[in-house]
Amino acid sequence: MDTDLILHFLNIPWVFILWTTFLKSFILLNLVLGVVSVTVYAERRVSAFIQDRVGPNRVGIPLTLFGGKKDIPFFGLGQMIADPIKLLTKENFQPASVNGFYYWLAPKLVMIPPILVLAVLPFGSSLFGVQMTIADLNIGVLYIFAISSLSVYGITLAGWASNSKFPFLGGIRSSSQMISYELALGLSVVPVFMICGSLNLNAIVDWQVRNGWLVAPFWPSGFSVASLLHNPAEVIHSFIAGVSLQRVMLWIPLMISFFIFVVAIFAETNRLPFDLPEAEQELVGGYHTEYASMNFALFFLGEYAAMFAGSGAIVSLFLGGWSCPLIPDGTTGFFWGLVNILIFFAKVSMLLLFFIWVRWTLPRFRYDQLMRLGWLGFFPIALGNIFLTALILAIIHR
Amino acid sequence: MAIVVNRPKLTLAERCYVPAIVAGLAITWKHLKRALFNRGIVTMQYPEEKWDANMPDWYRGAPTLVSDEHGKDRCVACQLCEFICPPRAITIKPMEIPGADRWSKVEKRPEEFDIDMTRCIYCGLCEEVCPEQAIYLRKDYSITGLNRHEMIHDKETLYKLGGVRTGLVFKWNELK
Repeated sequence: MDTDLILHFLNIPWVFILWTTFLKSFILLNLVLGVVSVTVYAERRVSAFIQDRVGPNRVGIPLTLFGGKKDIPFFGLGQMIADPIKLLTKENFQPASVNGFYYWLAPKLVMIPPILVLAVLPFGSSLFGVQMTIADLNIGVLYIFAISSLSVYGITLAGWASNSKFPFLGGIRSSSQMISYELALGLSVVPVFMICGSLNLNAIVDWQVRNGWLVAPFWPSGFSVASLLHNPAEVIHSFIAGVSLQRVMLWIPLMISFFIFVVAIFAETNRLPFDLPEAEQELVGGYHTEYASMNFALFFLGEYAAMFAGSGAIVSLFLGGWSCPLIPDGTTGFFWGLVNILIFFAKVSMLLLFFIWVRWTLPRFRYDQLMRLGWLGFFPIALGNIFLTALILAIIHR
Repeated sequence: MAIVVNRPKLTLAERCYVPAIVAGLAITWKHLKRALFNRGIVTMQYPEEKWDANMPDWYRGAPTLVSDEHGKDRCVACQLCEFICPPRAITIKPMEIPGADRWSKVEKRPEEFDIDMTRCIYCGLCEEVCPEQAIYLRKDYSITGLNRHEMIHDKETLYKLGGVRTGLVFKWNELK
């Protein structure tokens, strides 16, 4: 009786939306924070491998603490837990000269925007008929740009409130860098909207499910295992038909915008080769020089969460989101819904690995090079790309 | 005379640095792949792997006291090492050798000989100054202790670490 009542209550439309949204937010947030800590570990390990070192490989299961003979190293994965414990238990030292209120506010401002961005990312197709997006916003991409550009306030405030020269320089650099690359970022995705006809990330991903990923928009519609088994000849035929002149023509501006978007995301997340606000070697640590313990950890968390959010945006916009050819979406069953979520996270992980790989390959840009690249390189190219797309679309639809 | 260094004229590919970036990524990927299969890693896993076998002859590790082939402790407590020690790590309390001993009225001997290993800078001046060739820097480098007291090497520890040195050993000799 009671369970019936509860089930009935949970099925009231607005209650249903409420509790599923809370559940999705909770799970996604925890998943992302988990991914972030794995990324920090991966960053250390991959950087070590690239430099012919070993990296953290000892912290595992500390059996000796409980009277065991030997610790189990477990590839050093215990580092993921050891690092936060260290940061949480350290003294949260506040230098005497800082502006207290903003000094404490800044790390939170860096931390919050990337997590807010997660709200619009379609991280899976659907589970039990519930769409795997926390907020199905019609202005999804605009929301991402609006929110992610807020994180510059955190960094600038940190630089200013620290009342010290290196953080100040870092804050200034960050503000001008972020504003410059936001332009290229915003303009580079306009061709995507022109082709997909929507700003909604779910709609963009759906378009890619039907027409192939935007970096390779050649797949025929209804491309699945069943159709491949029943009449492969027809699938191959439609595949060839997919690689038409129109598609190839559209592919060119899409690749340009993909390239610019990825580079601009690097600049937005302050990753090397664009990590001028941090710039360990010249600015000590840039905007977070004066921060210690959990305040510093929040900056760290914010950076990696921003990497995740940026990768999620790249995946949703260009790499087909949760979709993968030959794999059905969540409407066909619970299992495939989970697989779709896994695919999204796998794609994001590959991109995160790419972020790390690039970081340990390229040296930092000089400041004027950075600005020249942004304003004289990517800005005009992105702008021209819009006109190119418009031209191609006009030719196709004539 | 001024030397004019002409800047090289870069091609378009060099100016847009995409080929260079791809080449760099290829190099780092090669290293990553090699390290994943545990090849090419140059790091030595310290407590398990040690460099001891490759230690050079002139390596200056922990200072120790030695005794000769007749079982006689070489140190005569002249305190020269104590005086020359730059960080003042050495403390010697000399004593007279009691009358029954063969060496009484001839030499002194240290009653206490402490080297504070938290202070020692491994400079080797004590070894160089010692007229009796009693103090030697050995190859022990891993000197650890749980507190400051454990880090002070007393006479017993020093003789145990030093062991026996046979024959007249000159400091410039290769045998150390």
